[in-house]
Amino acid sequence: MDIFWIKAIIVLVIFGLSLVVAMYSTWAERKVAGYMQDRPGPNRAGWGGLLQPLADAGKMFFKEDFIPAQANKWLFIAGPCLAMLTALLSSAVVPFGDTIIVGSDEVQVQGIEVNIGILWVFGIVSLGVYGVMVGGWASNNKFSLLGAIRAASQNISYELAMGLSLIAVIMMTGSLSVRDIINTQHGGSWNLLYQPLGFIIFLTCAFAECNRTPFDLPECEAELIGGYHTEYSSMKLGFYLFAEYINMFVSSCVVSALYFGGFNYPFMDKVAEALGNDATGHNIATAIGFGVFFMKALFFVFFFMWVRWTLPRFRYDQLMNLGWRSLIPLAILNIVVTGIGLMFEIRWFSWVAVVIIVGVALVQAAMKPKAARGILEAAPVR
Amino acid sequence: MPITADITWYILTALTLISALAVILVRNPMYSVLSLVLTFFLLSCHYFLLNAQFLGVVNMIVYAGAIMVLFLFVVMFLNLREYREETKNNLTKIGAFVMGLAILGAIIASIRRLQYPMPSNDQFNVTTGYVETLGDLLFRDYLLPFELVTVLFFIAMVGAIIIGKREKGERHF
Repeated sequence: MDIFWIKAIIVLVIFGLSLVVAMYSTWAERKVAGYMQDRPGPNRAGWGGLLQPLADAGKMFFKEDFIPAQANKWLFIAGPCLAMLTALLSSAVVPFGDTIIVGSDEVQVQGIEVNIGILWVFGIVSLGVYGVMVGGWASNNKFSLLGAIRAASQNISYELAMGLSLIAVIMMTGSLSVRDIINTQHGGSWNLLYQPLGFIIFLTCAFAECNRTPFDLPECEAELIGGYHTEYSSMKLGFYLFAEYINMFVSSCVVSALYFGGFNYPFMDKVAEALGNDATGHNIATAIGFGVFFMKALFFVFFFMWVRWTLPRFRYDQLMNLGWRSLIPLAILNIVVTGIGLMFEIRWFSWVAVVIIVGVALVQAAMKPKAARGILEAAPVR
Repeated sequence: MPITADITWYILTALTLISALAVILVRNPMYSVLSLVLTFFLLSCHYFLLNAQFLGVVNMIVYAGAIMVLFLFVVMFLNLREYREETKNNLTKIGAFVMGLAILGAIIASIRRLQYPMPSNDQFNVTTGYVETLGDLLFRDYLLPFELVTVLFFIAMVGAIIIGKREKGERHF
C-alpha cells in the first residue's frame, strides 16, 4: 500500500475520532453534571442515554434555521463554519501515537510532522476567534456583538500567557515539534515534573481559549442572554457548540502531549520488548501508546467538565486582571527561572519559581487586613 | 511531485491575488478586513510551500491572528452606514489615485534595480527556512541588531501605553 493512502487513512481516523469524542463529550458533560448534582442525567435514549447525542443531532438538523432579517446573511453563515474549520485544523500536528509499520514503511500516527508543530496549534488557535467575532457581528444584535468582543479580547489576552508558558517547555526541549517534545519526555521524565507553573498557566489559558467555565463570559447568559450565538438556531448553533467541544478535546490532547508525556507510559520499553521487534509487535505497542494518549486526553476532557460544575464564573474585570496582571508576569518569571535552571543544567529548577510565588502569596495574605481576606475582595472593608 | 507543486502554486497565487484585490475593491469594510485576513493566511501558505514554515506560522499568528483581530475590532465599532458616503468625494478619489500611482511607480522602479539571485538546484538547501537556521542567524550573526530591534519594540510598547492610558486632566509628558 502506498504511504500516501496510509497517511490519508490515519488523517481520516483522527478526524473521525475527534468528531466522535466531541459528540460523546456532550453526553459525558450532562452525565457528569447529573452525577455532581445528584440526578441521573440523560437516561432515556439508549443504555444510560448513550444515543442522546444522535437524538440531539437529529433535533438540531430538523429545527427551523432562522436568519434575522437585518443580519448580514453570508457572514452569519460563515461564522459557525469558521469556528468549526479552525477547531478541526488544530489537531493536524498532534502526534496521537508512535509509528506503525506497514510492509517496509514506517508511518507516524499523526496528521503532519512539521518542525514548528506547536506554533501551528498556536496559529490556528489565534485564528479561532474569527468564527465567534464574525458570527457575533453579523447577527446585528447588541448582545451578540458584546459577546463577540468579549470573546475576542479574552482570547487575545490569554494567548499571550499561553505562548509565554509554552516557551519554557520549548526551551527545555529545544524543539518546536510536538513529537520531539513527547520523545524527550520518554522514561517518566514528564514535563509536568519540571514545569509545574507552566502547566498551571497553560491549563488556565486553555480554559479561557475554549471559552469554558470559569471563563465562559462570551456566552454569559446572566448578562448577555446567550452571547455571540444569541441569534443562532438549528445546526448553526450546533456547530458553535460542537466546535467548543472539539476545541476542548484538542486542547486536552495538547496538554497531555506537552506536559504528560503524550503516548509515553511507565514501563513502555519493557512492554515493547515483550511484544517483540517485528512489525506486529511494534504496531501493538503503538496501539497501546495510542490508547494511553487517549486516556490522558479524555481525563482532561473530564477535568474541563469537573471544573465547569465546580467553579462559578469570573467577573469580567477579574478575568482581565488574572490574565494580564497574574498569568503573564508569572509566565515571564517561569521563563527566567527555567533559563537559569538550563544554564546550570538543573532541570527541576522551575520549582523554585513555585516556591517563590507560594511564599509571596502567603506573605501577602498574612499582611492583608482581616476584613479584606477571602474570596469576596470586592466587598467593602468594614 | 513537481507538477502538483506547480499546480498548487498557481491556484494559491490566483487565490491570493483575488483576495488581495478584494481588500481594496469591496465596499463593505468588514468584507475588506476579512479578505485581508484571508490574504495573510494565503501568504502563509506560500511560505509553507517555500519550506519556510516558521515564517509562515509567525505571519499567521502575528498578522492574521493578532493584528487583524484589532482591525476587526475597530470596524465592528464603526457605524458603517454613517461613514459610507464620505469616501465618494471626488477630491479624495483623485488624491487616492495619484498617491496609488506614485507608490506603484516607486515600487516598480525599485524592483527593476534589484538583482535577485536566481535559485538553482545545486544551491538549494532544504533547511534554509527552518527555525534552527533562523535562530542561528538571529542569535549569532545578527545578535546586536536583533537586540536593538527588541529595545525599539519595547520603547514603542511603553509609548503606546503612556499615550493610551492618558486621560483628560492628566499632565502631559
